[in-house]
Formats: sequence, structure tokens, C-alpha cells
Amino acid sequence: MAERCAVIGIGQTKHDVKRTDVSMVGLVREAAERALADAELDWKDIDAVVLGKAPDMFEGVMMPELFLADALGGAGKPMLRVHTAGSVGGSTGIVAASLVQAGIHQRVLTVAFEKQSESNAMWALTIRMPFSVAVVAGAGGYFAPLIRAYIRRSGAPEDTGIRVALKDRRNALKNPYAHLQFPDISFEKIAESPMLWDPIRYLETCPSSDGACAMVLAGEKAAAGAPGPPAWVHATEMRSEPTAFAGRDQVNPRAGRDCAAALYRKAGISDPRRELDMAEVYVPFSWFEPMWMENLGFAPEGQGWKMVYEGATALDGDMPINPSGGVLSSNPIGASGLLRFAEAAMQVRGQAGEHQVEGARKALGHAYGGGSQYFSMWIVGSDRP
Amino acid sequence: MRDVAIVSFAQARSRRRDLEHNEVEILMPVVREAMEHSGIEKKDLGFVCSGSSDYLAGQSFAFVMGLDSVGAWPPMCESHVEMDGAWALYEAWVKIQTGQADSALVYGFGKSSMGDLPEVLALQLDPYVATPLWPDAVSLAALQARLCLEQGVLTEREMAEVAARDRRHALANANAQVKGEFDVEKLLAEPTWISPLRRHDCAPISDGAAAVVLAAGDLARGACERPAWIAGIDHRVEPQDLGVRDLTRSVSTELAGRNAGVGRGRVEVAELYGPFTHQEILLERALGLGDDVRVNPSGGALAANPVMAAGLIRLGEAARCIHEGSAGRAVAHATSGPCLQQNLVCVLEGR
Repeated sequence: MAERCAVIGIGQTKHDVKRTDVSMVGLVREAAERALADAELDWKDIDAVVLGKAPDMFEGVMMPELFLADALGGAGKPMLRVHTAGSVGGSTGIVAASLVQAGIHQRVLTVAFEKQSESNAMWALTIRMPFSVAVVAGAGGYFAPLIRAYIRRSGAPEDTGIRVALKDRRNALKNPYAHLQFPDISFEKIAESPMLWDPIRYLETCPSSDGACAMVLAGEKAAAGAPGPPAWVHATEMRSEPTAFAGRDQVNPRAGRDCAAALYRKAGISDPRRELDMAEVYVPFSWFEPMWMENLGFAPEGQGWKMVYEGATALDGDMPINPSGGVLSSNPIGASGLLRFAEAAMQVRGQAGEHQVEGARKALGHAYGGGSQYFSMWIVGSDRP
Repeated sequence: MRDVAIVSFAQARSRRRDLEHNEVEILMPVVREAMEHSGIEKKDLGFVCSGSSDYLAGQSFAFVMGLDSVGAWPPMCESHVEMDGAWALYEAWVKIQTGQADSALVYGFGKSSMGDLPEVLALQLDPYVATPLWPDAVSLAALQARLCLEQGVLTEREMAEVAARDRRHALANANAQVKGEFDVEKLLAEPTWISPLRRHDCAPISDGAAAVVLAAGDLARGACERPAWIAGIDHRVEPQDLGVRDLTRSVSTELAGRNAGVGRGRVEVAELYGPFTHQEILLERALGLGDDVRVNPSGGALAANPVMAAGLIRLGEAARCIHEGSAGRAVAHATSGPCLQQNLVCVLEGR
């Protein structure tokens, strides 16, 4: 790595089902202005802009970075638009970090957003193409059979998913930006909520959200002048594999395992569960928490659910997962990955407020997408690597 | 900065409408050819990056199928931009600069024939105030051309000369789609299509794909007899709103060209992505290219315009001139957005 990179500014919007008070322009600016304010910088201080979002059909605008360029202070600057399916938020942060690490720019603004209320994600995900399998069931219909396979393989108790959802929904109450806030949430309420895609219940699934997230990434010189404590990027990694082929393990995909292994190697981590203080992991359906605990190497295969049962993933557990409430509580799809990365950075900067993990110094941000085939991850720390 | 070069380039033959092949089938032989020419094995690739657009395919996550053309197994370090493949090349170049990769496969693909391209491109505009008026891409370019003509920036004759030149050059390009000897007087006698543009002023609609392999240092020297070294690369964007831009020049190309160091040496060849004849003239001027520069020896976008690959093809064609030894220093350019909104400039050198 040629140059060290640090997060020096973070901003996010209030996530909601319909942000009718703002246009797409207003939404991305809300997050970007907060990130700039956090870093005490102005638009003119930014060298380049990297924008990420999921499929353009979610808003009905082709390559929206073009019409957003001016609003994001892009005029006369380099601007990139990343799209790697659901993992895009993470990939966007990684591309922005690489511009700093390559020594090309000192201050890069990275923004990811989704304004799902502009269109209909279910429609956008189910367009039938000739000679190809149509999912026609949205993401839940795609992932439910994978969860069933996980339950069969691991013998996990049927209420594991409910426990994850209860934890994340309680965590969300400590996060003022979270979309779903259920003050009277309980185990029973989740258990009794309608079954959408067996075994995924209504309250075990993520919402459709409007929202955006932004970060200012800086080189060493710029980070030295930053007002707040920087979150140093210790390592970034991405892996992709094709959607379908004989023998592909979609429950515990190799792309995720390889990505995590390469990431830990780069960050000099040999025992991730012990050495990391917390993680923000992309969990759109409650059951993906135990599944990703195994994929990330926090638990041996087949035993991720035990971490949930033992309370290890709770805010006061030994490996807090998604103190922000996670994707289950806010899901502006294109931004969801960058939110995971940003929340990890907030933790090691000690700025997570009520959902702060005490003494967090090293944290992991994780995103995945497509048919569990795209992975992007980073590790940030309060210490300079 | 690390020395990084384009060591291999392959492209599909551009076709107005490829009914027999889907995107993966168009891409597969192209990726294979680029990889084989580089001699770099798939397992040794440090990075893969692609450029494409869901709105061309009419399908969300259209780029996911691109992974099948690479055969991304075991899993690969891979990324995608919803931009022309030229920007995927930029991302890959950045990745190599970080030291996290020494080589990269870059590809871009698209089948513009799947929809009505000028109307599809109207969806790139501000969805609140511009798209509802449904100004298609050709009409917007026509407005720009009209402005240039009325302000005396260029003439219809100069535009026709560009069309004749590029399509004459394309005669030597087996992958080009529109080619031939055209008489400027006859072209000017044709009726206007979307005034002041005539048919010959507009790029064709094309299905196609391209792939490039990048490598650093000694790896590049081993992979290619005469690597096309990236001496400078930069890209810039302008606000989209036509009312706040000077449409009679390309400010972002000027800036990117300066940052890429176009003027630091003699340019022998330039491959410019001008989807319309007047835009090609604006680009030549923005880059300060003199009369001695061979512009678009491939025929350029006026001969073949597979959107999302056409910019990457400019980089590949310029690199080919270096590889073959017909040029020692070449400039490649890519554009995106209405009326040259976003531009990338790359300087390639044989050493």
C-alpha cells in the first residue's frame, strides 16, 4: 500500500420508507454535507467524488451520477460510479480508498444512496429475460431456500432468526438514523409476524428505504489536519464468483471465505473473533447473521447460531454485530454497504453515540450482493497501521 | 507512480443488431482472445473490472452475467462501474497503482440494439425537470451542433469532412460497421435528419464488446513486445444542465488532457470518442491536436459505437498503434453523458 488512508468525515441521512421531503439531489447532499461538516471541510477541498448505488432501475434514472455530478461538487473533478450489486456500498468505499492509497488524491468524497420510493425494487428485480431463469420473488424468495439449507445443515434452532431480529431491532432504538424503530418490539411480536418467505417472517426482513451515506477519505497529510480522530483503513478486499454452476455452495460461499481470509492476512489478523472488537455485517434477513458468522470465520462451520444463542453478537457480547440495527433496520440498498463501512469507522472513532461499543479500536465492515456472490469488506482501526 | 501498460486488446466485430448472441456470448471470445494474447493466466490476474449499463440490457444486474465470460472461479478480486469500460480501465489502473495488483483484465460490453438508444439515453437526464420532456440524445447533440454553427465555431462542411475521413479510415478496420469512400459534396447535399445533423453526422447503433489486459513493469515487458505504457490518464465531469455549460467547447476534455500530459510531447495518433461529427471537432480542439495528428485511424465511434465499450475500444485502438509500432505516442479519449458531459483522456507511449 503506497499511502495510508483514513476516514475523516462521516454523514448519513435519516433513513425512511419515503423521503418525500427531498429529491435524489437533496438526499445525497444531506449525507455529503454532514460528512463534510464532520471533517470541517468545504466542497472545494474535495479532489474527487466516487458514487455508488444498486441497479439504476430502482430509481428509473440511467447512470444518475451524471445528473448528480453538480450537486455533489463534481464539476471539474474526476467522478466514478460503482455498481457491484448489493455489495456496491462497500465496493464504493474501497474504490474511493484506492484513489487515496494510490497517492492520486488527498481527499475523496464517497457517497452511496438509494431512493427506493422512486420506483419498485420488486419490479426492478424480476424483469424476465429470454432464456434465463426469472426469480419473480424478490430477494426474499431467492434467499429463503438458502436459509432452509443452512438450518438443515447446522441443525440451528428454528428461533435463531427471531433472536437476531430482536437484537437488531433493539439496537436500532439506539440509532437516531435507523429507519425502523419499534419501541415495543418483543420476541413474541416477531414470532407472530406474518411468514413472508418461509422461514423468513415479516419482522425478520429488511425494509425498503430511502437513504444515503457519505464519507470523506483522506491521505496521511490531510488526516493529520482533521478535527476528529481518524479511522485508519487497515485493509480492504473484494471477491466475486459466478451466480450459478454445479456444486456452488451458496450457503457458505467461497468468495466470502476467500475475501475474509485475504482481508485478515492484509490486516495482520490471525484470530478475527478475538482481534476485532465489533463488526457491521450485511444481514438483510435475520438468518444471515449466523450464516455470515461462519463465512467470516468468527465461528466454526455449523456453529454460527451458537454465537446468537450465547449473546456473543449483542451490543455487550464479545463480538457485537450490527449495533446500528443493521440492514434489518435501514436498507437504502446501494448505501447499505457503505453504511456498514461507515458504522465500523464510527465505532473506532468513538462517535457511535448510544450504540457505541465500549473501547472499540478495530472493526470490520462487510457487504455482499447478487446471489451471495459479491463480497466487499474492510477493516478500520483507531491506530495507524 | 508505477509503470503500467496496455499489453493486450481484443474486440468483437460491431454489428447493428446481433440477434444470435447475448452479451456473454459476444464477450466470451473477446475476453479469451485478450487473455491469450497477454499470456497472463487467469489465476495470476490481480484484478478484474468491467463497464456496462443495466439500461442497455433492460435488466437489473446485467453486469453479473459478465462474470460468466471470465469464468470467475476460483473467486476473483473484481469490480464494476456503471460507466464505459474506459473508466473500468481507470479503476484497474488505480488498483495497480496501490500495489494490490500487478495485472488486470478490463472489459466493456453492451447491446444498444435491445432498445431505442437515443430515447434510452434520455433517462440519463435530470428525472425531475429534463427527462419528462424526453429530449433524446440525438436532439440534444443537434442543439449543441446548432449552437456551434451559429457561433461560427465550426461549419457543416468541416463536419462532413470528419464523417468522410473516419469512414474512409474504417475501410481498414474489420471490426467497423459503417465504412466507405464518401464524397463531401454529396454528403452535404443530403437532407438534414435532426437539424442541423445529417445521418452521416451521427454514430451508428452497435452491439459489441472489448477487453484489455493491463500489466505493470516487467510483467508488461514479458507479456508484450512493445507495451503501450500509460504515461498519463485523467478524467473530469461537468455539470449536466446544458444551460450552465459552454457547449461550444469541451472544458472537461481540456482539463483531463492537460492533467494527462497530452501537450508534453508530439502526438502521432489520437483515438477520440466523438459520437457526433461536431463533437469530434470540439474534442480535437480541446486536446490541441495539430493537423499532423492521425485522428481515428480505426474510424472512431462514427464507424462503430457499441455504447459502454466504445470508449475502451479507443484506448485499445490507440494501444494497438503502439503495439504494432505505427505510433510512438498516442492519445485515447472516452466520453459519457449528454453533449460530452464527462471525458477521459489517456496518453500512451511506446518506450
